[in-house]
Amino acid sequence: MIEFLAARLYYLVSFLLLGVGTYMLIGSPNLVKKVIGMNVFQTGIFLFFIVAAFVDGASAPLLTAEPPYVSPLPHVLILTAIVVGVSLTAVALGLIVRIYDEYGTLNEQSIQELVADE
Amino acid sequence: MSELLVFLVVVPLFGSVTALLAGLAWSRTGWPIATLTAVTQLGVAAVVAGRAFRGTPLQYVPGGFTAPFGIQLVVDGLSATIALLVAVVALGVLGYARAAGPRSNAFYATYLLLVAGLSGMSITGDIFNMYVFLEITGLAAYALVATGTGARAARAALNYLIVGTVGASLFLLGIGFAYVATGTLNMADLATQLAAVGYGSPLVQASFALLVVGLFVKVAVFPVHTWQPTAYAGAPDSVSAFISALVSTVAAYALIRIVFSVFTVEFLTTTAFARQLLIVGAVVSIVLGSAFAVTQREIKRTLAYSSVSQFGLIVGAVAVANGTALTGAVIHLVGHAVMKGGLFLTSGLVTNVTGAETVDDYDGLVDRFPAGSVAFAVLALAMIGVPPAIGFVGKWYVVLGAVEAEAWTLVVVLLASTLLTLAYFARLIERMFFRDAAEPSPTTADGLSADGSGPATDPTAVSLGMQVTVIVAVTLSVLLGVGAFEYGQLLQPTVERLLT
Repeated sequence: MIEFLAARLYYLVSFLLLGVGTYMLIGSPNLVKKVIGMNVFQTGIFLFFIVAAFVDGASAPLLTAEPPYVSPLPHVLILTAIVVGVSLTAVALGLIVRIYDEYGTLNEQSIQELVADE
Repeated sequence: MSELLVFLVVVPLFGSVTALLAGLAWSRTGWPIATLTAVTQLGVAAVVAGRAFRGTPLQYVPGGFTAPFGIQLVVDGLSATIALLVAVVALGVLGYARAAGPRSNAFYATYLLLVAGLSGMSITGDIFNMYVFLEITGLAAYALVATGTGARAARAALNYLIVGTVGASLFLLGIGFAYVATGTLNMADLATQLAAVGYGSPLVQASFALLVVGLFVKVAVFPVHTWQPTAYAGAPDSVSAFISALVSTVAAYALIRIVFSVFTVEFLTTTAFARQLLIVGAVVSIVLGSAFAVTQREIKRTLAYSSVSQFGLIVGAVAVANGTALTGAVIHLVGHAVMKGGLFLTSGLVTNVTGAETVDDYDGLVDRFPAGSVAFAVLALAMIGVPPAIGFVGKWYVVLGAVEAEAWTLVVVLLASTLLTLAYFARLIERMFFRDAAEPSPTTADGLSADGSGPATDPTAVSLGMQVTVIVAVTLSVLLGVGAFEYGQLLQPTVERLLT
C-alpha cells in the first residue's frame, strides 16, 4: 500500500492541491482568499500536467542532452495556461477592488447583509 | 483559399487592438471601428459558410506544420453556422449598443475580443486550442459583465469569474486525462486514438466526465448555472443580450464537438454512464430551470432561467444522439440565440421607455408601450414553440429524434418543457395585455434608484438603431422558422459526418 502510494506521490500531491483549492474557494468567506483558492486549484492542474510529462531518468528536451527526454509539450501547454491564470487573477483582483470601494469589506457574509438591507 | 479561416479570429482581434489604441488618441472612436470590424467579420464568415456547405470541410493548419502536430482549423457545416451566427449577432447588438451604451473604447475592444474568442472556439480542430479560446471568451465576458454600473455588476462578474474558471479548469483537467491516454490533442486524431485505447479505460471515461462537466458550467446547466442569472441581470442590456445569445451557445457547440467529434457516438452507446450524465443534466435543467423562471421577480432573471431550461433541451438532444435530434439541437441553438438576444434587447427597450423592470411592472404594458409589448409577445411565443416560428422547428426536430430513439422519459420531459415555457411566458403575456397597470407607481421609480443598476426612464433615449435591432430580431425569429426545414436538409451531410 505504502509503496503503491509512494510511486504516485506527485500525482497525490497535485490532486491534494485540487482539494485544498476547492475547499478555499467554497469555504472561505474572504473574497481575496477565494481567489487564492482558485489559484491553488489551477496550480494542482498545472502540476498534474508536469508530472505526466516526466520520464524517470530522462534529461531535459535539448538537442545537446542525452536521450531519453521528458515530454516538452505539456510544459508548453502549461506555460499558456499559467498566462491565462495570471490574467484571470488580475481581472478578479480588479473586481474585488471595486467591490471593496463600494462596500468597505471583503467578507462575503457582510456584503450579503449590506445588500439585503438595501 | 482555406487561409481565410484564420481571418475569422484575426479580424476581430485586430479590431480589438485598434479600438483600444485609437481610444488613447480619440475618444468615441470605438463604435465605428467595432462596426467596421463586425461587417468585415460577417463578410468573411459568409464566404467561409458558403464554401463549407458546398462540399467537404475546410481545413487549414497555420504556421506550416502538419495536421496532428500543428493546430488545425476545421470548418464544417456546424462550425460555419455558429461562426456566421456569432458574426450576425455581434453586428446586430452593435446597432443597439450605439445609443444604449456602454460607450468607451475599452468596452468595444473587449466586445471584439469576445467575438474573437467565440469565433476561435467555433472553428478550431484542436482541443487545447479550444481551451485557450474558451478562456479568452470567459475573460472578455467577465469584463463585459463588469461594465455595468454599481457594485452589483462587479459582484456578478466576480461570481461569474470564479464559477467559470472552475468550469474551464475542469475542462483543462479533462484535456490532461485525454492527453495522458493518447498523447495527442488534435480532435480528429483523438477520435481514432481514444478508440484504440479502449472506451472502457478509466482515463478515457474520466476525461469525458471532466470535459462534459466543465462545459456544463459554461453552458449553465442546472445545478452549475449559478453564475448565469446574476451575470445576466447585473450586466448592461446590450451585454446581457450579447452574452445570452452567444456565450452559452458556443459552449453548447463545444459540447457537441467534444461528444461527437472527439468521443464519437460509439463511446456514447457503449458507455452507459456517459449517456446518463447527459440525460440527467438535461432533465434537471429543463424542469428546475423552468420552475425557477416562474418564481423570479425580475424580468431579466426570468429570461436567464429560461435559458437554463432551453439549454437543457439541447443537452437532451445531444444525449439522444441521432441525426434528427442533432439537427434539432443546431436549429434550436441558432433560434435560441436570436430569440433570447431579442428578448433581452426588448426588455432593455421596455425599461428605457417605461422604467418597467420586474414582472409586476409589466401589468398593462400594452397601454404604455404597445410596440414593445407586441415585440416581447411575439418573441415569447416563438420561444414557447408556436409554429411557424424558429422555436417550433428546433423543438419539433429534437422531440422527433427522441421518439425515433425511443427515449420515452426524454420525450415526456421535452414535451413538458414546452408547457413549462408556457408557464412563465404566458404569465407575462397575460400581464402585458389583459391587466391594468397598478397605480402610477412610485415603487417603480424607487426600485430603480435604490437598485442603481437600471437606466433612468427617458423615452427619447430610445434610438432608431435600438428599435431596428429589435424589429430585425422579431422578424428573424419568425422568418428563420420558414427556412429552417431547408436548412436541416443542408446540414444533413455534416450531421452524418458527426455521427460516424
